[in-house]
Order: sequence, then structure tokens, then C-alpha cells
Amino acid sequence: MSDIQTAARDIHEEFTDHLDIDLEDVSARLERLVSEYKVPLSEARRSVENHYLDEAGLERDDLASGSEEEVSIADVNQPEQWISLTAQVVDLWNPRSDAVGQVGLLGDETGTIKFTAWAKSDLETLEEGSVYRLENVVTDEYQGRYSVKLNKTTEITEVEDEIEVGDDDSTMDGALVDIQSGSGLIKRCPVEGCTRVLQNGRCSEHGDVEGEFDLRIKGVLDDGKSVQEVIFDHEMTEALTGIDIETAKEMAQDALDTTVVADEMEETVLGRYYRVTGPVMGRYLLANEVEELTEPVDPDDVLIQARSM
Amino acid sequence: MADNTTPTREPARRVFATELNDATFTFKESEDDRAPVYVLLPTGEQANRVFVVGTLTETEDVGRDQEYWQGRVVDPTGTAFVYAGQYQPEAAGALRELETPTYVAVVGKPRTYETDDGTVNVSIRPESITVVDESARSRWVTEAAERTLDRLGALDSEGNEYGVRAQEEYDVDPSVYQSAVVEALESLDELDAEAEPAEDLSSGP
Ligand SMILES: [Zn+2]
Repeated sequence: MSDIQTAARDIHEEFTDHLDIDLEDVSARLERLVSEYKVPLSEARRSVENHYLDEAGLERDDLASGSEEEVSIADVNQPEQWISLTAQVVDLWNPRSDAVGQVGLLGDETGTIKFTAWAKSDLETLEEGSVYRLENVVTDEYQGRYSVKLNKTTEITEVEDEIEVGDDDSTMDGALVDIQSGSGLIKRCPVEGCTRVLQNGRCSEHGDVEGEFDLRIKGVLDDGKSVQEVIFDHEMTEALTGIDIETAKEMAQDALDTTVVADEMEETVLGRYYRVTGPVMGRYLLANEVEELTEPVDPDDVLIQARSM
Repeated sequence: MADNTTPTREPARRVFATELNDATFTFKESEDDRAPVYVLLPTGEQANRVFVVGTLTETEDVGRDQEYWQGRVVDPTGTAFVYAGQYQPEAAGALRELETPTYVAVVGKPRTYETDDGTVNVSIRPESITVVDESARSRWVTEAAERTLDRLGALDSEGNEYGVRAQEEYDVDPSVYQSAVVEALESLDELDAEAEPAEDLSSGP
């Protein structure tokens, strides 16, 4: 069933008690917005729902039956929504703190999204490669990038489905040619929802604060034809450099200087070739996966081309 | 096209040493003192940054009063010269400390200087010099070959102002860079050929 049909059925179900609603009519309205007017499905859905709400003389709250929506990963575009997902565990990373039980990447046909499961929620352990229906997860946003948090109320059901994980992601191969300032061991503002990177212990919004350590790399990937700025978050920085936050803190303590961390990272990664995958937000590619390209490349095709010129 | 509001970083050109050393013509796109200096590549592209990977074969402090490090970075077509002094402390430190020979990746700005006898030499003012392994080196050779072929292929394309300019400024027949590409790639193939027999023994029918 197409996403539009699924959404049409959901809407039909929502209104069937309130209106004499025709499934085909719902479907046609969605189809028109999505196909003809290139409206994202989530927006199309909102718009079509509004139409029927008007028709039925209802408010949106009248509909909410308390059960959260099953959504596609690509449609996650607001923080603090309670949703359900059916997704495959694409990747598992090392949790950065004891508070985190599991952290990694979920994927469905529409894309991938980071997930975090709190240790205290005491949830079933997710296996890499398995597909789960996850009910009651909460969306979150951090620097333009969405994630979902599994919590105490999350119901996890393994399903036998196979999912062909789609990507709205970009992949780029290239050499890492620069690491920009503000990389390495950094401190962020601890004020709820702020997370700005501190400059000399100051947040541009909240002034002097006791910062929280984080790892990050803002780098430039370059394939000789184009350049792409890439942000490696905590997990990806660790994957890229092999330096975890404890090691980074020790390095900084020994040198009485946090810049030694970025220096060490530069020596480890600059001038090497990587394949980086992730969504593009504005000018940045937000790395979800990174792999050093060390396989030999076959020069024969290029050689044939060179000889034939 | 120049866009003054959002300076966009340009790709670091992949250039073999033989071509880089010929790229003696420099220019600026604007009068501004801070405007980037470009070298004009003989294959018809402007370069304000290059990325080269090769074997660092020798390093030497050639400074008089202060440290000024020279490094020779060799690729299959020739030798690129890298100079780092007090304004490139990290790169200078790398040249001071690295044992040669070793594979290095260099990101930097191409620069020209005129010697007393009027010869123009091209070198790289490094932003970074890092040690890499052989896989990065052979990947770079293939990539530099591809990019060089791309440039050669576009040299006579309509609207390629740098192609026109290169052919005005340089006497070199561009086919020498094609030959350099072929040689560079063949040198990789030879390395492969040396490595292959051992593999054949281990793999069954
Ligand atoms: Zn703040």
C-alpha cells in the first residue's frame, strides 16, 4: 500500500464516526496535494484533516483519541511529538554516558533517524538488523536534526517484516581537507534547550555558565569537484577519530588545554578519504555514518579513458 | 561567478606535480588585497587550493634567521615543493618531525616565486601535512588522474574562460599532462601486478 493510501485510511478512520466520509475522496485530496502540488505527505495530511474538521465543525482536539500516530521517519519534523514507528535497527553505537542504555540509527523506507533509549527505562535490548514496531516514542530536535527517544512507556514489538531502508540521505566520498574551529572537545551551554557552544566559558545567550563537555568535528569533505561541510556529532567524532570523551578530557587535563584534542584529531583524519552519509541541513551534512575508504581503487577504467583521449 | 556576500570555499584541485610546477601564471579575481590568489593550471582551471598526496622524501630547514622548512613530495610524475615557516606552525612542525620517506597528504595554497635568474617556481604553502597510508596515496593518484582528464576534456569547451587563458599563457602542449596521467596510472597497475601472484596462490579454483 502506498503512503498516501495508508494516510487516507488513517484519516478515513479518524472521521468515520463524525462524517459520511468517502475513502476515495480522502485519497484524491491527498494525491492532489502530494503529486500535483508537491506538498510533503505530513503537510498534505494536516491540510486534508483540516478540511474534514471544518466540514464536521470539529476542533483538532476532538479527534485525538489519545493514541499516537504511526509515522514515517521522513515525516518526523517536529520535536516533542509522541509517535509510533516501524523501523529496522540500522546501526548501534556506543552509549556516551551511563544514562543511555542504547543509541543508534533506525531506518524505514523513507529514511533514517537517530534513537536513544534511556538506561533507566529498562527496555528490551534492540538488535542490529531486526525490525521493531516502537509505540510511544518521543521526537526530539537538536541543531536541526531530529531523533526519537525511547522511554518507560515505549512498547517494543519485534516484527518479522523486512524493511528496505530508504535514504533521504546524501552520501559523499572525499578527502577530509579541513577541520574548522569549534571542533574537538567543546563545552556547551547547559541551559535547557540551549546547547550553544561556549566561547571562553560564555554562552552568547546565557553568559557565564558551567559548560558540559561534548565532542564535535566541523569538517570539510572535498572530492576535487565540490566541497561539503560536515558535522560529526559526539558518536560520529568518536567513530571517526577513535577518541572518546573520557580520553579527550584526559588529554585536555594533561595539557591544561582543550585544543590538543582537535590537534590530535587533525593528525588522525586530515588528508584521508572517507565516505560520509547523512541528511543535509542547510550548509551542513550531518554525518550518520562514516567509513574510511581504504579499499584499493581500480585505475583501469581511468587508464583506458586516458589512453583513448 | 564571484559572489561577494557568501564566499564559498572552492574544491582543492588534484594536480600532479608535473602540472603544478608548470602553473606559473597567477591572478586575482578582484582588486581587494584579501582576494584569493589563483594559479592558472595549464589544463585550464583556476586553483586557490590544492590537495596532493605523495611520498615525503626529504625535509630541510632552509631558513636563515628563522626556521623555514622545505619538503619534497613526490608523485609518479614529479616532485612538488612545500614550504612552511612561522606562519604555518603546524605544517612546519610536521616537516621538522616527520621521518622520511613517508606518505603524506598536503592541503595548501599554490604559490609562485621568482628566482634571481628570473625563473618562476611553484610551491605549496601548506595548511596541513598529515601522514597517510598507501591506500590514500593510490586513491589520490587515481583521483588526480580523473580530475586531470576532466580538465583536459573541458579545455576547449565553449565558455571555459580558464581554458582559453591557459592556452594563451602557456606554451606547453596539454597532451604532456595526458601522458603524465597514463604513466601515473600505469605505475599503479605495476604495483598491483607485483602484489597479485601471492593472491592467486591462496585462492582455490
Ligand atoms: Zn545558553
